[in-house]
Amino acid sequence: MSITIQNISKTFGSFQALNNVSLEVPSGGLTALLGPSGSGKTTLLRIVAGLESADAGTGGKILFDGLPVTDNPVNRRQVGFVFQHYALFRHLTVFENIAFGLRVKPRAERLSRDAIRERVTELLKLVQLEQLAQRFPAQLSGGQRQRIALARALAIQPKVLLLDEPFGALDAQVRAELRRWLRHLHDTIHVTSIFVTHDQEEALEVADSIVVMNKGGIEQVGAPNEVFQNPATEFVMKFLGDVNVFHGRIHNDAPVFTDELKDANGVRLLVRPHDLTVQLYPGTGISLPAQVYRVLTAGPLVKIELLNSQNNLVQVHIPHDVYQAMPVKPGQQVYLVPKESRLYGNGNERIEYVI
Amino acid sequence: MKEHPKQTGGFWGNLALCAAALAIMGLLIVLPLLVVLKEAFAGGVRLWLASVTDQDALSAIWLTLGVTAVVVPLNTVFGVAAAWAIAKFRFKGRSLLLSLVDLPFAVSPVVAGLIFILLFGRHGWLGTWLSEHHLRVVFALPGIILATLFVTFPFVARELIPLMTEQGSEEEQAALSLGATGWQTFAKVTLPNIKWGLLYGIILCNARAMGEFGAVSVVSGHIRGETSTLPLHVEVLYNEYSFTAAFACASLLSGLAIVTLVLKTIVELKGARDAA
Repeated sequence: MSITIQNISKTFGSFQALNNVSLEVPSGGLTALLGPSGSGKTTLLRIVAGLESADAGTGGKILFDGLPVTDNPVNRRQVGFVFQHYALFRHLTVFENIAFGLRVKPRAERLSRDAIRERVTELLKLVQLEQLAQRFPAQLSGGQRQRIALARALAIQPKVLLLDEPFGALDAQVRAELRRWLRHLHDTIHVTSIFVTHDQEEALEVADSIVVMNKGGIEQVGAPNEVFQNPATEFVMKFLGDVNVFHGRIHNDAPVFTDELKDANGVRLLVRPHDLTVQLYPGTGISLPAQVYRVLTAGPLVKIELLNSQNNLVQVHIPHDVYQAMPVKPGQQVYLVPKESRLYGNGNERIEYVI
Repeated sequence: MKEHPKQTGGFWGNLALCAAALAIMGLLIVLPLLVVLKEAFAGGVRLWLASVTDQDALSAIWLTLGVTAVVVPLNTVFGVAAAWAIAKFRFKGRSLLLSLVDLPFAVSPVVAGLIFILLFGRHGWLGTWLSEHHLRVVFALPGIILATLFVTFPFVARELIPLMTEQGSEEEQAALSLGATGWQTFAKVTLPNIKWGLLYGIILCNARAMGEFGAVSVVSGHIRGETSTLPLHVEVLYNEYSFTAAFACASLLSGLAIVTLVLKTIVELKGARDAA
C-alpha cells in the first residue's frame, strides 16, 4: 500500500509544525522520518495515522494507494500505530492486548473465539514472546513491551505500519538489538512502514529510504547511502554526522579558506572528520593550516583535535596504521587536506566546485 | 551490627507526640461517636427501634435514600464526563470548566440553597413561570434533589481529574487506531483504568448526598413526613427535645459513615494492589 502526502500544513497556535509538506512513500518499503525535535516528523506521522488532522483549507490530502483517506477518522484508517511509550492497555494481559483489535470488530467481521486465539498465538510467535501471554504490561521489560505493542498493531492486518520513535525509550543495547529485529521483521512481512526517529544511525541502519526533515519541511529524500554521501543541503550534512566547518570566500572562481571571513558572501566548506588527512607541508589544492591540540589514541580510530588559525576546534579521525606512519605531537604545526568535502554558499544548497 | 536511623525526638518525645495525637483523635472523633451511640441506646434497644421506625423517621429515611439514588448516578455521569473533557482534551474554556467543577466546594452550602430559592422560589426568576405550570421545585422533592446535586457535584470529577490527567490519552489513541469506536474505547480502556478512583468518588459522593444538611435545609421547608431528610429530621427531633429519638436517627447516619469508611479503605487497598 503506497502512501501519498500532498500539501500538508499544520499549525499549533502560532507554531508552524508542518509547512506544505508533500511526500510519496512507496509500497512495501521501510521509510524513516529523520529530524531533530520540533522538525514536524511526529506530527506528520500522526496526520498520516489520522490521530491529528492537517490544517483545513490548505488543500492537504493523504492518500493510501491513490484513494483519499483524509476524512477517515483513525479508527477507520486501518493503520497499525506503535507509540514511543508503548501505550499498552495496563489492565489487560499481553494476550488480551494483542487480541484487542480483533475483539472490537463489528460482529459480522469478527473472527471466532478460536480463530482469535490462533491469530494471537501466531503473532506472539512472530515477536518471540509466546511464554509471556498471561503477563501484564507492568511485568515486562521495555523491549518486550515494544514488541507486544508491535504485535498488537499487526493483529488488525494494517495497511500501513507507523512507528513513533519506537526505540526512543530503550537503553542503547536493547535499541541496537531491536533495530536489527525490526529490519528482519519487515523483511518477513513487507507491510509499508514509516518510522520516526531523531537518531541518524538508527535511520541509516534500518530504513530503505530516509526523509530528512527540518523546521516543518523536507530537506532531502533518498536511500541511506544517498543522503549520507550526497547531502543535498548543509542541514542534512550536519545532521547525519560530525562535520568540520571552514569559512572562506570565492576568489578567481576558486574557494579560498582563510577562516577569517564570515561575511555575507562567504562560503562554507563542510568536511567529515574521517575525510581529512594531516600533512606536514601544504599541498597544491586546498590545505588548511592548523595546530595539533590533543591526540586520542584509545578507540577504533585515532582522534586528533586541532585548532585552526581562528582558534576553532577541528576534528580529524584517522586509522591507527596511518597515524603510526606519521605521528604528530600537541603544539605541532600541520596542514589539513580534505579528501571528500562539500561546499555550501549563502543559501542552504550545495555548490559544485573544482579544485 | 545493624545501625538504626537516629531518631531526633528520643523515646519520650515520640511517646508525647503519639499520646497527643491519640488524645486529639479520641476527643474529636471517637468520643462523639461513642456519645451518639450511648445516647441512641440510652432507652434500650426497643426505644431505639421505635424511634427509627417511627412514621416520620421512616419517611425521612426513604426520602434520603431516594434522593441519593437519583443524585449519585447523575453525578457519576456528570463527573466522568467533566473529568474526561478536562483531563483528555485541550479546549477554550477548559480552565473555566475546572473552576466551575470546584465552585460547589467554594460556596457555602447555605448560599447554594439560597441560590435555588432565588431561582425557583415563588418570587424567584423562574417562580412565576413555574407556578403558572403548577410545578413545585422549592420546598419539594425537586429542590432537595437539585441542592444535593449541586453540593455533591465535585466529588467524582475531583477524584478522576488527576488520575485521568496522569494516565494521558495514549491508551485511548491506541484503542482507536486498532479500530475501536468511541464507546468501545471508553468501556474497554478508559473505564477499567479509572474504576477504583471512580468507585472512591462515588462512595464520597454518596456519603455527602446522604449527610447533606445546609443546602437541603434551606430548600426543603422542613415539612415533616414530606420534605425532611434524615439529617433534617435529626435536627427537628433535637429541637423538640426528643434527644433519644434524635440520637437514634443520628446513629443511623453514623453507621453510614462507618460503612463508608470501611468501603473506602477496601477500595483504596484494592486500587493500590491493582496499581502495583
